[in-house]
Amino acid sequence: MILNIIWFILIATLFTGFFVLEGFDYGVGILTPFLGRTDEQRRLIINTIGPFWDANEVWLITAGGAMFAAFPNWYATLFSGFYIAFFLLLVALIVRAVAFEFRSKISNPRWRTTWDWLLFGGSVLPPFLWGVAVANFMSGVPIDSNMNYVGTFWNLITPFSIMGGLSLLLLSTLHGALYLSLRTFGEMQERARETARRIGVLASLVMFLFAVLSFYNTDLFSKIGINPGAVPVLAAMTLLSVPFFIHAKRDGWAFLMTTMTIVFSSITVFLQMFPRVMISSLNPEWSLTIYNAASGPYSLRVMTIITVCVLPFVLAYQAWTYWVFRHRLRPGGHMDY
Amino acid sequence: MLNVLLARWQFGITTVYHFLFVPLTIGLSVLIALMETMYVRTGDETYKRMAKFWGKMFLVNFALGVVTGIMQEFQFGMNWSAYSRFVGDVFGPPLAIEALAAFFLESTFIAVWLFGWDRLSKRVHLLAIWLTALGVSISALWILTANAFMQEPRGYVIHNGRAEMNNFWALLGNPQLWVEFPHVWFGALSTGAFFITGVSAWYLLKKRHLEEFTRSFKIGILVALASTVLTIVLGHSQAQHLMTSQPMKMAASEAQWNTSQEHAPWSVFAIIDEEHHRNTYNVQIPYLLSILAYNHTYGKVEGINQLQEQYVRTYGPGNYIPPVWVTYWSFRVMVLAGLLMLLLALYGLYLMLKNRLSQHSAFLRAMIGAIFLPYIAHTSGWIMTEMGRQPWVVLGLLRTADGVSPTVTPPMIWTTLLGFGILYLVLGIIDVYLFVRFIRQGPDLEEDTSEMDAKLPHPVT
Repeated sequence: MILNIIWFILIATLFTGFFVLEGFDYGVGILTPFLGRTDEQRRLIINTIGPFWDANEVWLITAGGAMFAAFPNWYATLFSGFYIAFFLLLVALIVRAVAFEFRSKISNPRWRTTWDWLLFGGSVLPPFLWGVAVANFMSGVPIDSNMNYVGTFWNLITPFSIMGGLSLLLLSTLHGALYLSLRTFGEMQERARETARRIGVLASLVMFLFAVLSFYNTDLFSKIGINPGAVPVLAAMTLLSVPFFIHAKRDGWAFLMTTMTIVFSSITVFLQMFPRVMISSLNPEWSLTIYNAASGPYSLRVMTIITVCVLPFVLAYQAWTYWVFRHRLRPGGHMDY
Repeated sequence: MLNVLLARWQFGITTVYHFLFVPLTIGLSVLIALMETMYVRTGDETYKRMAKFWGKMFLVNFALGVVTGIMQEFQFGMNWSAYSRFVGDVFGPPLAIEALAAFFLESTFIAVWLFGWDRLSKRVHLLAIWLTALGVSISALWILTANAFMQEPRGYVIHNGRAEMNNFWALLGNPQLWVEFPHVWFGALSTGAFFITGVSAWYLLKKRHLEEFTRSFKIGILVALASTVLTIVLGHSQAQHLMTSQPMKMAASEAQWNTSQEHAPWSVFAIIDEEHHRNTYNVQIPYLLSILAYNHTYGKVEGINQLQEQYVRTYGPGNYIPPVWVTYWSFRVMVLAGLLMLLLALYGLYLMLKNRLSQHSAFLRAMIGAIFLPYIAHTSGWIMTEMGRQPWVVLGLLRTADGVSPTVTPPMIWTTLLGFGILYLVLGIIDVYLFVRFIRQGPDLEEDTSEMDAKLPHPVT
């Protein structure tokens, strides 16, 4: 039974890693058409995430694979239930990835602008949709006694879930703006900071509204009591500290703070769900949990052993790439791509 | 049943499409790694230009392979949730391990390779492309582990109404996997080799960049020959394995309605009447099927009708016959494409050794066309493999019709089927357009894309 908890934590970690890492590169993708005024600036912006975005996306693919392997019922209910949402997500991911690859291959300005806007669209949709999905994880969705989702696409769209979508979207954009301020110089850096400052205000506001709405829409507060404990409070505090670090031009700290906001928010959500993985709004008994949705102990044990053996190497070489490509980018230099 | 039909079409289309990119990715990654190894060992800049030129095509192709692959992973849950619940315990782990052990490796190091030319030492940079090649091959290994389970379930027990893994080594040691994986891998290598040879042939015809493309052609033709021979040999052993593991698929791929006589002839061309379980016309080569099946001139091959009766006794009433026409012809198309590849590669080697390539423009033109042969071969190969397994999604355990998502309705599948269909079509067109453009530009215009940027004023900070 301890293995079920380990895999819940592992999947939570993979999703958190995905929100943190892909969060900033979604943010960068969203800001590209706005902060990059010339083609060269846009290329510079894209190159700040060039070496990373693909591996960042693998965090999501691995989370999906781990979900399939460790909790097949969670995977089956979620993917067949949120069908149209996942369709939109996939289209966005496909368009986004090819936009990176295609935009620089032809130097026609119209070709490039088209791909830049497709990159924008492909970067806006995923964090929004994941925010909507997370809100639905928290509030519960119509799941019947056979673990099947019996609602429609429109059941997923509520004021609460839209607020969840906007929260993650704005948080990612803020995170991306701060990342840009870390990886660029001069004018571009100033522009990124200014953007972060403005989006930070909006993100804090929307996150606050989302927290208030979650009082009415979820059992978060009844579950953890009136004293929310350290984690959600830390999420709020790290977010509120961002403007001060921007003002002090401590870009590294500011970026660390949004990282922490995402980490703590994500932990809050998973704490609220635990030990459930999909909450049924029809009958609490029909919820999927880490026990009734899981694979057998043998499977979980095999995967635990393999993960323990492989994961350290994955983390090590990913960290190494961030080290190799840590330098700030300046315009005018030779840019691969 | 409309939802089953639509979900199957979607799976078929997206998988075949995905598999247009995968083999070239595997093949090119190995060939580029070889070229860069030559560069590091000899210091000859020509090899570096070659690696960069083919690398550019590799990247576009790689990106499309990755994004269409995400679709594959999601699709099991979206359209086949009952299947996912039933086999998740056994089928999920290879997918999860694929992501963990292969996707991270390839996506990290391909970026290191692309952005690291000026930042890393030659050796570390070379290591990056080899690790990418390793990653894509490991990826194929794990995905085929999952596929082999569907063809020949191993390492599981049925418990609580679903398949649960009880022996990981049996899953990984599945005999089906070890005939399937090498066949697919060498087929992929030959795809990369024929691609390089074909594109190089175009340059040799146009007499452009002769140095780079004579070398590319030579590497390509050698690898093409070796990998095609191995693919055929391994394909033969895979077919022999089918005799015991999936006799129905074998019988269907031969349109063998009734168990053969002791010396079984091989059908070259048959007009199949599926309704009446007979072939109205059949051209056969004596003894050949026995030879193909058992490596000697005698040996019976079981027939569809007898197997059907046997399966009804084992699994209860039902139709256990896969679409015979499709299985029969896709098998023959694959074999024909493979044989053509073998002949072309042999003739190419002969011309190369005689140093007569440049005079033989008809052959060079043929090699441009031959780029498509591996694609035809593995598309038809997969159609045979997957259609031949019907009506099962997991052989003997779960029928395809029982695997679909019960709550996903036909209009929903239509939406995604059309959505992905149109998107894939557009991307395919752009992909081909870019490839043709790259090829026309040639390797020395590699800096072309930065020209426009160079003309812009650079604010100095």
